[in-house]
Amino acid sequence: MSATVVALKPEAAEPVVAAESKTAALPSSKAEAAPVAGKTLQRIMNVLRSITLAVLPPIVGLAFFILIWVGISMVAPALPGPAKTWVSAVELFSDPFYQNGPNDQGIGWNILNSLQRVGTGFGMAALIGIPLGFVLGRFKFVNDMASPIISLLRPVSPLAWLPIGLLVFKAADPAAIWVIFISSIWPLVINTAMGVSKVPQDYLNVARVLNLSEWKIATKIMLPSAMPYILTGIRLSIGVAWLVIVAAEMLTGGVGLGFWVWDEWNNLNVEHILIAIFVVGIVGLLLEQALLLLAKRFNY
Amino acid sequence: MEKYVSLEYVDMVFSGRQGKFCALRDVNLSINQGEFVSVIGHSGCGKSTVLNLIAGLLMPTDGVMLCAGREIAGPGPERAVVFQNHSLLPWLTCFDNIYLAVERVFGSTEDKPSLKKRTHEALALVGLTHSEMKYPNEISGGMKQRVGIARALAMEPKVLLMDEPFGALDALTRAHLQDELLGIVQRTGSTVVMVTHDVDEAVLLSDRIVMMTNGPAATVGEILAVDLPRPRSRLELAENPQYHHLRGEVLRFLYQREAKAA
Ligand SMILES: Nc1ncnc2c1ncn2[C@@H]1O[C@H](COP(=O)(O)OP(=O)(O)O)[C@@H](O)[C@H]1O
Ligand SMILES: [Mg+2]
Repeated sequence: MSATVVALKPEAAEPVVAAESKTAALPSSKAEAAPVAGKTLQRIMNVLRSITLAVLPPIVGLAFFILIWVGISMVAPALPGPAKTWVSAVELFSDPFYQNGPNDQGIGWNILNSLQRVGTGFGMAALIGIPLGFVLGRFKFVNDMASPIISLLRPVSPLAWLPIGLLVFKAADPAAIWVIFISSIWPLVINTAMGVSKVPQDYLNVARVLNLSEWKIATKIMLPSAMPYILTGIRLSIGVAWLVIVAAEMLTGGVGLGFWVWDEWNNLNVEHILIAIFVVGIVGLLLEQALLLLAKRFNY
Repeated sequence: MEKYVSLEYVDMVFSGRQGKFCALRDVNLSINQGEFVSVIGHSGCGKSTVLNLIAGLLMPTDGVMLCAGREIAGPGPERAVVFQNHSLLPWLTCFDNIYLAVERVFGSTEDKPSLKKRTHEALALVGLTHSEMKYPNEISGGMKQRVGIARALAMEPKVLLMDEPFGALDALTRAHLQDELLGIVQRTGSTVVMVTHDVDEAVLLSDRIVMMTNGPAATVGEILAVDLPRPRSRLELAENPQYHHLRGEVLRFLYQREAKAA
């Protein structure tokens, strides 16, 4: 009696799916013609299970998020709930590229303008930061020379640079780009320098035996070897730039997500502020994923 | 036969964080043109250091080193190196890895088609024509090592330096590549210095075996002339009493005279 109980226990503990597949496999052991069908069924069940396991947690997480949001909006009626925000978003995205003068433009223009500022600021940072990092990584003396300055400037809050930008450029838009530039250049410099200084000695020995020119060493050995580091630098750098753009635009104005948030705050249109937060998050996520995809190509 | 590579009273002292370490003392060695010399010794005795000195990757702290009548002042393509871990550039195809070397050595005197022809020939020499467009991480360890050898041979070096070229390979692949190298050296008449810790490999391939004493301050212990007729074949040698005698000599040196407490 007790023996059967012990034998039954593990079966009872098995998950439902496994129990089901077992009953499906039962007839196949009786009739020799059906084993393939039983196996296929089991495989389908396995695939279904892995899909469920991959999709379910994020959905549950999102549901929790929306639930909490609903809860908060009920307690604090000033904050619009998900439904109200959704309706507003549908309306907003149904015509993303309208233009009613400089202060009233579609969400699409705002996104594109912010992206363009980030692109310009980051592009200039890359143009200067990557070669600078290359030199720092290659020549220890220059690195020792620059490292105190970098350590000093890197932790400075990005917006602290804004007055300098306004002072020098005497215009809001270049000042915003300047802030992006100065805050996104550090990850580029540091990661490039790290990548170049970490080129394996083996590769450098190859270069020495071949007596390669400095140019060939840079292009055929240093650059490809440091590429994964440089790409990490680019990813961090764009992340910082995107993080800073909203704040910079809030202060400088013009067309852009940051300015839009500020504008809608003045209009007390809280739905739009929430939408802006989601848009900033989603665009940031997409940028990050695209760069991760690119980085995969350079994983030797 | 003239002395082609010579080391005279070469000392190598490494100065590191823990002070000075004398790796080699009074190493004397001369190698003739077309000769195949193996350097054998226990792990850590300084074999790689000797090879890197000849390559010019290290500078001796004392002594004189000559290659083809000129002092060795630094690394150069006339002393090509096959590294232990192949050291192929992973972002270049097999073809491009070799082409980079060929272009460096012959680029100033030959045109592109001729450089490509040399690269193809080098790949054919090691039997890898079909893999020329593959990247190093797409081929096996043995194939990588063959590309490394092809790269070195394509440079038509005065001396071919190899640091345990087959050390990381399984026994069968190693035997296969040893046979290939035997054939290639026979055909090209290259001057070769090979570091190894494999007694059979040393006897099979070499004209002379340089046996090193244990470090620190290691030096050349004995030099054994391998007067086995060429071309050699692994199977015939297995029955050759002279082969077994030579093998015994090396083993005696390594495990009796320079026995190492493990
Ligand atoms: N760059 C270096 N700095 C300090 N010591 C070194 C250096 N390179 C090698 N050595 C030492 O020199 C000795 C010989 O090394 P190596 O030539 O690599 O030996 P082997 O190739 O025979 O195994 C070892 O004791 C090693 O620790
Ligand atoms: Mg070694």
